[in-house]
Amino acid sequence: MSARVFLPIDAGALALGADDVAAALAAHARARGIALEIVRTGARGLYWLEPLLEVARPEGRIAYGPVSAADVPALFESGFLDGAAHPLRVGRPEEIPFLTRQTRLTFARCGIVDPASAADYEALGGWRGLTRALALGAAASIEEVVASGLRGRGGAGFPTGIKWRTAAAAQADRKYIVCNADEGDSGTFADRMIMEGDPFVLIEGMLIAGYAVGASKGYIYTRSEYPHAIAAMNRALAAARAGGFLGANIQGSGFSFDLEVRVGAGAYVCGEETALLDSLEGKRGVVRAKPPLPAIQGLFGRPTVINNVISLASVPTILAEGAKHYQGLGYGRSRGTMPIQLAGNIRYPGLFEAAFGVTLGELVNEIGGGTATGRPVRAVQVGGPLGAYFPPALFDTPFDYEAFAARDGLIGHGGVVVFDDTVDMAAQARFAMEFCAIESCGKCTPCRIGSTRGVEVITRIQQGVDVEKNLALVTDLCETMKFGSLCALGGFTPYPVISALTHFREDFTRATARQAAAE
Amino acid sequence: MHEYSAWDDERAGEIITPWCTAEGGTLPALHALMAEFGAVPDAAVPLLAQQFNLSRAEIRGIISFYHDFRRTPPGRHVLKLCRAEACQSMHGATLAENLLARLGLTWGATTTDGALTIEPVYCLGLCAVAPAALLDEVPQGRLDVARLDRLVAATR
Repeated sequence: MSARVFLPIDAGALALGADDVAAALAAHARARGIALEIVRTGARGLYWLEPLLEVARPEGRIAYGPVSAADVPALFESGFLDGAAHPLRVGRPEEIPFLTRQTRLTFARCGIVDPASAADYEALGGWRGLTRALALGAAASIEEVVASGLRGRGGAGFPTGIKWRTAAAAQADRKYIVCNADEGDSGTFADRMIMEGDPFVLIEGMLIAGYAVGASKGYIYTRSEYPHAIAAMNRALAAARAGGFLGANIQGSGFSFDLEVRVGAGAYVCGEETALLDSLEGKRGVVRAKPPLPAIQGLFGRPTVINNVISLASVPTILAEGAKHYQGLGYGRSRGTMPIQLAGNIRYPGLFEAAFGVTLGELVNEIGGGTATGRPVRAVQVGGPLGAYFPPALFDTPFDYEAFAARDGLIGHGGVVVFDDTVDMAAQARFAMEFCAIESCGKCTPCRIGSTRGVEVITRIQQGVDVEKNLALVTDLCETMKFGSLCALGGFTPYPVISALTHFREDFTRATARQAAAE
Repeated sequence: MHEYSAWDDERAGEIITPWCTAEGGTLPALHALMAEFGAVPDAAVPLLAQQFNLSRAEIRGIISFYHDFRRTPPGRHVLKLCRAEACQSMHGATLAENLLARLGLTWGATTTDGALTIEPVYCLGLCAVAPAALLDEVPQGRLDVARLDRLVAATR
């Protein structure tokens, strides 16, 4: 007998033993004389069910999870290859409520497609965006992205199409497309999932960008902390090149473009676009002053479109389905869908792609199921280490760039990290400053010096030394950093600090209260 | 487990040369040296300066800017423990501090038997399976004391 199963090769699934499961499946199939094909896909983003094993059946895929290597003999015994009952059987993955509530556009194929196969990508609707872009022409393709309302998914939320227009209008001997895959924000993993699970969608997005603005070369700058994403991207690039989707005269269109993966070296600040460009040029990753905008003078002084992975990976669906389809979803000025990442102390961690507008409370409590530890939720950090901490009192905030800004927060790259009631928010505020001190590129003083002073002042507050005076001092320091820093690292580090001070002030005055009680 | 070569000027030159003509080739060259020798030792600086036509100060500046580039090779195994917020929310900080205390190590240090180096890392993108680590590039998730102890014991 022969059978086909799907098992993620996503780093999150590997972290839970997916390779051991694969080895056990292969060994047991061999012993039973079954010709078993194990397709290693990306993850669907349901991490409480990983490793999630799926069996190809005539009626569709049937999933089992979370599977450990020790479960494999019993799965064979119960006939999982026929989709039979078993305590780990979750049924059709498409019917899992966590997925049925989503609108998957950018992640439509992730967890389903074979990330190493260009043919599988095409069979599941890939390259349709590129085909349409080539038919529309460069200028009309840019207008399609403008009309979609797509804003930069890296965090800044700048309209992607406008960036493209600027780079297209710039005159130069060569232009570049740079993909910012330096996903350093804690609580985020959407870029990693795309690179590991559907790398061709990113390649297609970059091809469309290159064609639209007249670029001939692209770089994907990713992190050394992502060895599996790097390997998956390089595999996909080789397959795309072999299939005539990279190199000279792509698919006979006359358009030539090539792509290369470059790897960072453990510097968080290189996720800032101008620091990334310096790093890509082989220098220290130091932030540049803007203007000039990268779209006019970017990599090696040439016009450069620098976009986040998710922005670029959203472009193929926009071109394939049309701008209206994408623009029709969303909330206020935040159009389309956002891949939200539920992380940390949460019962159902994973990737939730939905139209903008879902509230923070829905995300944390209804979709995420509250904390993993079962204790009450106390704080939620949205948007990475530079994002604000929200208390449950602000859970009615809709996921939208402007709504979060109005409450002194940001959505950033869409990471949501949940903390239970054991969290010490003074320690979190101190960590924000400590992280900024470790990662500061050193170019501007408020960030370089301010972060170290911030650690010292918050430490004194924790020790109960002149608390009121030092609280005033740290507030003032945050003002200086916010308005005096060159980039978001120094400029946004105040968000977690000030939000902790505003919403969780009791954690900063605990030492004083203890002293008073002792007297 | 990593096996690194002893430093060799000639071999280093061969590794660096192809990157000298590439756009922004210094970082890939440094990564390639790390892969071969486990470090970018001081002996590499004049070599890189000459080949890339940069000053030694510029090369030193690049090496020292990035957390990844070591001046001496690590232990036979490298455990990168995540210290960022998502792992903190699952008590990763306590887990890490206790491990370091039990082994008598500070961040970045290697056990006296040369078996294990423990490095801090700020996010591995494994925030949905926190607390997380990378042991010799193999991801490890939902770590607790028992799992972490087993991983460490297996390296020694």
